[in-house]
Amino acid sequence: MTSAKARLQSQAFVEDVAEEMLSSRSFWADARARFFKNRMALVSVFMLFLLVLFAIFGNVIAQWSYEEIDWNLLGMIKEEGGPSIANGHYFGVDELGRDMYARVVQGSRTSLLVGFVAGIASVLIGSTIGAFAGYFGGRFDSIVMGGYTIWLSVPYIIFFVVWQAFFGRSLGQMILVIVLVNWTAGLLIVRGQVMMLRNREFVDAARMLGLSDVAIIFRHIAPNILWVVVIYTSMVVPEVIMMESLVSFLGVGIQEPNTSWGALISEGASTMTFGTLWQLAFPAAFFVIAQVSLYYIGDGLRDALDPKDRL
Amino acid sequence: MSLLSVQDLAIRFSTGDGTVHAVNNVSFDIAPGEKVALVGESGSGKSQIALSIMGLLAKNAQVSGRILHEGRDLLTLSQDALNKVRAKKIAMIFQDPMSALNPYMRVGRQLTEIVELHEGLGRADARKRAIEAMEAVQIPDAKNRIDAYPHEFSGGMRQRIVIAMALICKPGLILADEPTTALDVTVQAQIMRLLDEIQSELNTAVLLITHDLGVVAGFCDRSMVLYGGRMMETAPTKDLFAAPSHPYTRGLLRAVPNINDAAGELRAIPGSPPNQLRPLTHCPFAARCVDAVEQCRSTLPELTGEATKRACLRPVEALS
Repeated sequence: MTSAKARLQSQAFVEDVAEEMLSSRSFWADARARFFKNRMALVSVFMLFLLVLFAIFGNVIAQWSYEEIDWNLLGMIKEEGGPSIANGHYFGVDELGRDMYARVVQGSRTSLLVGFVAGIASVLIGSTIGAFAGYFGGRFDSIVMGGYTIWLSVPYIIFFVVWQAFFGRSLGQMILVIVLVNWTAGLLIVRGQVMMLRNREFVDAARMLGLSDVAIIFRHIAPNILWVVVIYTSMVVPEVIMMESLVSFLGVGIQEPNTSWGALISEGASTMTFGTLWQLAFPAAFFVIAQVSLYYIGDGLRDALDPKDRL
Repeated sequence: MSLLSVQDLAIRFSTGDGTVHAVNNVSFDIAPGEKVALVGESGSGKSQIALSIMGLLAKNAQVSGRILHEGRDLLTLSQDALNKVRAKKIAMIFQDPMSALNPYMRVGRQLTEIVELHEGLGRADARKRAIEAMEAVQIPDAKNRIDAYPHEFSGGMRQRIVIAMALICKPGLILADEPTTALDVTVQAQIMRLLDEIQSELNTAVLLITHDLGVVAGFCDRSMVLYGGRMMETAPTKDLFAAPSHPYTRGLLRAVPNINDAAGELRAIPGSPPNQLRPLTHCPFAARCVDAVEQCRSTLPELTGEATKRACLRPVEALS
C-alpha cells in the first residue's frame, strides 16, 4: 500500500475531513472564502481602509485648518508653496495659501461620505421600488417603468444646477440631490430578479403559509437577491463619487470653503500651467486610489458572489 | 358534517388563445379525518382545484362556485382573512421539495416564521416547536439540522421539511399536491408511510392529488377521478380498483404496467386529452372511449350513484 493510500484510510484523516464535510457552509461563507482569495480585492480593501482612516483622523497631524490662509506664503506660492515638512504644509498650499493637506482630508471626507451615503441610499431606494414593481407587476409596474424611462431623459447636470440654485449647496443637499438623480440605481436588475423569483414555488409556499406580500418580499425574496444588491452597490458608490466630482469640477458642487476631490482637482487643474502641480497631483492621486480600489472591490465581490460567470 | 365542501367549482383562464376551461362544475366533500385522492392525468385540473382552495390561483383565473370551509366561502374571503386560514386550518404540501424551500433561508427559520406568525410564539418557543415538527417527520438529529440550509438536505429529507412546514400549525386539512412525484421510489414509500402515520396521529383530513394510482391504492379511503376538468367517478378506493365503473377509470387502471403480465405491452388509452378551449357540451372522454355511442357525443352526463358515483351514460357494470 502506498503512503498516500495509507493516509486516505487512516482514522486521523477521516476525523480531519469529517469536520469540514459536516460543517455547514452557507452561500455567504463560500463567498467570503472566495473573496479572501482574491489578492487585488484584498489590497483594495486595505487601501480603502487607509483612505477612510485618513479622512477620519487625517486632521490630527494637520498643522493648519482647511479654511485658514497662510499669509506668509501669499504672493510667492509658486516658489515657497510646495510640499514641505518644515512649514507644516505637507501637501503644499493652494492658490489662496490654504493648506492642501487639510483640504485633501476635508475633500476625502466629503467625497467618501457622499459616495457611500448617497450610493447606498439610492441603491436601497431603487431596489425597493424595483422589488415591488417586479412582485406586483400590473399597473404599479407600468408606472414605475414609465417613470424610469422619463427619468433617463433628464440631463442630470442641469437638474443639479437648478436644484442647487433653489435649495443651496450644502452637503445634505448634495446627498439628497444625488439620491434623487440616482433613484433608478438597481431598479431594473432587482425588478428582473424578483419577476423571476416571484414564480418560484417557495414564494407560493410562503403565500400558502399565510405570509403577507411585504413579508414575502423582505423576508423571502430579499435574501435571494441580496448578492445582486451588494454587487450593484459596489458599482454605484464609485459612480456617485465620480458624479459628485464631476459636478464639483464644473463648479456646481459643494460650497466653498468646504471642498471635495472634484473641486480640488478643478482648482488644481486651473493653476497647473503656473507650475504648481502639487495642487492637482495630491487630490487626483487620492481620487484615483479610491476609484481603482472601489472598482477592484466591486469586481472581487462579483466574482465571489456570482461565481457562475467565472472561468 | 363535512370539513370542506366544494360546490359547482369552475375555473377558467383567459389566455392569448382564448378561454381555457380548466375545471368544470366539480363538487365534492371532505369529512374530518378523511383521506381522499384526486386522480387525473396532466392538465386535468387537479392542481388548480388545490390552488383555488388555497386562493393561490394565477391572476388570469376566473372562479365560480363555492368552497365552503367551516361554513365560510373561501372564494369570497379577503387576502387578510385568507392568510388566517392558510397554514392554520388548511395547508398544502408542494410537489417539488427542491423549489418549495427558500434556498437562502435556514430551514429552521422557514419553520419558526410560520408559528411566530400564526400562534404569536416567541423566538425560543417557536424554535422548540420547529424541532418538534422536524422530529415528527423523522429527521434525525433535528436539534443540529435546524440551522442547515435546504441544499444540505437530500430530496427525501427536504420533502419531510416541506411536510413539517405544512403540519407545524396542525391544520385540519392538508392538500398534498403530488408529494412524491419528485422523489425516487424507495423514498416515495417512506414519505407515504410518514404521511399515513402523521395523518392517523393528528386525525387530519388529507386531499391527495396525484396521477400515481399505486400511491392512491395504499393510502386513500376514497378516490375521485378527474378528466378534462370534470369529475368522472368517485368511489371508495377499494371498489374503484376492484370494479371501475367509468370507462376512463378502467382505461387508467389497465394502463398501469403489471409485472406479472407476460404480454409486456403498454396499454395506453388511445387519443389525447381534450381541447379545453371549448366549453364542455358532451362527455369529454367520448372521443377516446371504446364504448361511446352517438348519445355520448351530444349529452353531458351528470354524476350519479350511491357509494360509487360516475358521470357516464354507459357505465362499465351496465355493459357486462
